[in-house]
Amino acid sequence: MSRAMKNTTAEAGETQPVLSIEKLKVTFATDVGDVQAVKDVSFTVAPGEIVAIVGESGSGKTVTAKAILGLLPETALSSGAVVISGNDIITVSQHQLRQIRGRDVAMVFQEPSTALNPVYTVGWQIAEGLRAHRPEGKRVGRKEARKLAIEALGKVGIPEPETRVDYYPHQFSGGQKQRVVIAAALALNPGLIVADEPTTALDVTVQAEILELLRDLRDQYGTSIVLITHNMGVVADLADRVVVMFQGDVVELASSEVLFSAPKQVYTQQLLAAVPHLGRNSASAGFTERAFQDKEVLVEARDLEIEYPGRLGSPAFKAVDKVSFTISSGEVFGLVGESGSGKTTIGRAIAGLNRTTGGSLNVLGYEMLNFKERSFRPLRKDIGFVFQDPAASFNPHLSIGECVAEPLIIHTDLSGPAITAKVEDLLESVQLPRAYAKRFPHELSGGQRQRASLARGLALKPRLLIADEPTSALDVSVQAKVLELFREIQTELGFAALFISHDLAVVDILAEWVGVLYKGRMVEQGIGNQIMGNPQDDYTKRLLASLPVPNPAEQAERRAIHQALLRGE
Amino acid sequence: METKKSLFSRLPIISQLKKSMGLQRGMLVAGIVLTVLFLLTAALAPLIAPYGATQRFDVAQGPPSSVHIWGTTAGGYDVFSRTIWGAQTAFLVIVVAVVLSIFLGVILGLLSGYIGGWLDRIMVVVADAIYAFPTLLLAMVMSIALSQGRSTVWSGILSAAISITVVFIPQYFRVIRAETIRLKAEPFVESALVVGASSVRIMARHIYKNATRTLPLIFTLNASEAILTLAGLGFLGFGIEPSTAAEWGYDLNHAQSDATAGIWWTGVFPGAAIVLTVLGLTLLGESMNDLNDPRLRGRKRSGKKIRKKNNTTQDEVVDA
Repeated sequence: MSRAMKNTTAEAGETQPVLSIEKLKVTFATDVGDVQAVKDVSFTVAPGEIVAIVGESGSGKTVTAKAILGLLPETALSSGAVVISGNDIITVSQHQLRQIRGRDVAMVFQEPSTALNPVYTVGWQIAEGLRAHRPEGKRVGRKEARKLAIEALGKVGIPEPETRVDYYPHQFSGGQKQRVVIAAALALNPGLIVADEPTTALDVTVQAEILELLRDLRDQYGTSIVLITHNMGVVADLADRVVVMFQGDVVELASSEVLFSAPKQVYTQQLLAAVPHLGRNSASAGFTERAFQDKEVLVEARDLEIEYPGRLGSPAFKAVDKVSFTISSGEVFGLVGESGSGKTTIGRAIAGLNRTTGGSLNVLGYEMLNFKERSFRPLRKDIGFVFQDPAASFNPHLSIGECVAEPLIIHTDLSGPAITAKVEDLLESVQLPRAYAKRFPHELSGGQRQRASLARGLALKPRLLIADEPTSALDVSVQAKVLELFREIQTELGFAALFISHDLAVVDILAEWVGVLYKGRMVEQGIGNQIMGNPQDDYTKRLLASLPVPNPAEQAERRAIHQALLRGE
Repeated sequence: METKKSLFSRLPIISQLKKSMGLQRGMLVAGIVLTVLFLLTAALAPLIAPYGATQRFDVAQGPPSSVHIWGTTAGGYDVFSRTIWGAQTAFLVIVVAVVLSIFLGVILGLLSGYIGGWLDRIMVVVADAIYAFPTLLLAMVMSIALSQGRSTVWSGILSAAISITVVFIPQYFRVIRAETIRLKAEPFVESALVVGASSVRIMARHIYKNATRTLPLIFTLNASEAILTLAGLGFLGFGIEPSTAAEWGYDLNHAQSDATAGIWWTGVFPGAAIVLTVLGLTLLGESMNDLNDPRLRGRKRSGKKIRKKNNTTQDEVVDA
């Protein structure tokens, strides 16, 4: 009934937007005074339209999304107007707000595993939203709610919804969980869905499926979607119009085709230029055979197996299964794979943070199968490690200088002033001001911290550097700079590197030789440009096809190819 | 962005006072005032108290008068002086007990959490076993074992302090162990491991400072518990003898029979001293705990001007 009504109103006034935001301004009260998170944002969303809000961290995109649902914390003060079907979210009462949520607007969160309550069945969680409202003037009965929940699960493409409705969240995979979250959002047929980074926590292949689902929803049910994301590829894939935000302001608002082909503002141009694009700027461009293959082999894995012991009764989990590869001196080996593929496990095993359980892993002449911390310690000065999250990999109580000095203090006999000088030189080599040695980690930005992390990894001029997703916690523009720096330093110092990433485009920029991992197995390895350009393995093909590129026209083509691939050629 | 602040404003209590507001600030200020009052009394006891703690008078159970402003006890002690000197005893016991238990608890917690394995398992079992004992019973056993019936000022204070220590070590041990286990998996500890730092270096330089952040909070909360335990020991007669030092719990015990006879002054004052000191320390600890957690900390609403502007824009929208 309510859907029918909504449809008529939509038809009656095609120009009537589903959502209209006018001069939205959000201020947070913090310990250091008021912070303006959103300064002046205005845009509208028409029925059946997908509007993407893009921006880097701190641009205010998530705060805007939360303001649409009235989910801002108590410390926030908002002004302006957020009008959804005639109600201004900012001024309505809590009671009205509850009615609007779910009925007129729903939200899809970033992390599907935390958005679902683990102790209730998914059916119950979908029904919860239904029972909170009275769609047709009366409470939804238990059976009725179950029926609607099954219907909603069917809509989002969960197979066998009749049985799956009684499953608990942990019985679903990450992508399916996100489908369930979307089903819960859809249960009351809201005209508008706000999706806050809906695919960021998911693997690329799963991301492609979720994007497909969101597009279907729009096409079939005319649902409008506000998509919050930092991924330009996702934007190119899905959005009709794009709102680019920077430091709380709207920088540019244009249709997707126009924005990607002819960005007007300097910021947008820079942002688009920083996005790594598959096939451009490849490290192995023009290579036909493996570089450095005549050099000394630093790491050699033969039928490497790494198992994690299972809990009582359950068998051990094989994270790495019969993987063989070599890393030669001076070579950058790119290891690509989705979550759970075992790529981080391999990196950690080489650094002696994980024990190997089978096969052979030879690191700098040391057999890791009989690993003893005491005998391996002297070799540690030849191995640098750069961690994924630069914020967490520094001791918050030590200054940057002290952190970078750690390896020098442990492995060399340098005196205090000599170490200080050396640390400052190192910081300079990663393009950080010398004075930053006295700063504390929290006083640096993410990119600066990752540079400092690189400086620490390189402090002892190691022969091998292991970089575990070093740029995945960074914004694109920062990522571009860190990658460039990495490439420069690597060429200059000539160390071998194992570069681990889930992002094919990033790996292609740095690595001459690329290995693709899938469920603990090395499905394919070869020269970077050959893997990217002419993949042989089915999984590699799927992985490449599901990676959205930041160009709407090109992405539409790729999407068609990907669909064909999924249907089975 | 946080800038360097002066050392003074970064001190534990001062920095929290600056962050606080409203009811939280009231609680914190009340806690600080009561605690400072307690500390001053303990420090200036020789100046404030008109008589010594062990000085006896012929007037037994005398009501408040100009000579003995809070009256005297059945044993002929001056209640006012005993209450003041009691603060000093309580202070010493708290300091000795808490310092000892922090030292041992932190070291054991770090070792147990970082090294793990069988060492960890044994230590946890022992800590659990101590936890399972009734606190006061354990303190009594320790007190008897240590003082062996005889009691001088220091042996009394030490035995009380050590018996309290035994009860508190598991608390510090558990907190530090839990933090250590959490920190052990943090990337910055792993990065130290990868660099080749030794276990001792990792524990001392990387984990220790990060694990002990919550200690000031447990410290204040435990200080109040230490006073209660001391008072409990004294009340049961295992504390410090009246002939060696003043102790609130003992005085309270001996005021029991007075209360039925209508002699109120012997019990009310030491009792109030215990209540106020414990209240002060608890308020201080609790409000520091809340203020350290950004989610529990109250904040001022951001400027009221914007709210007014909000109303006007809203009117405009309605008009349009």
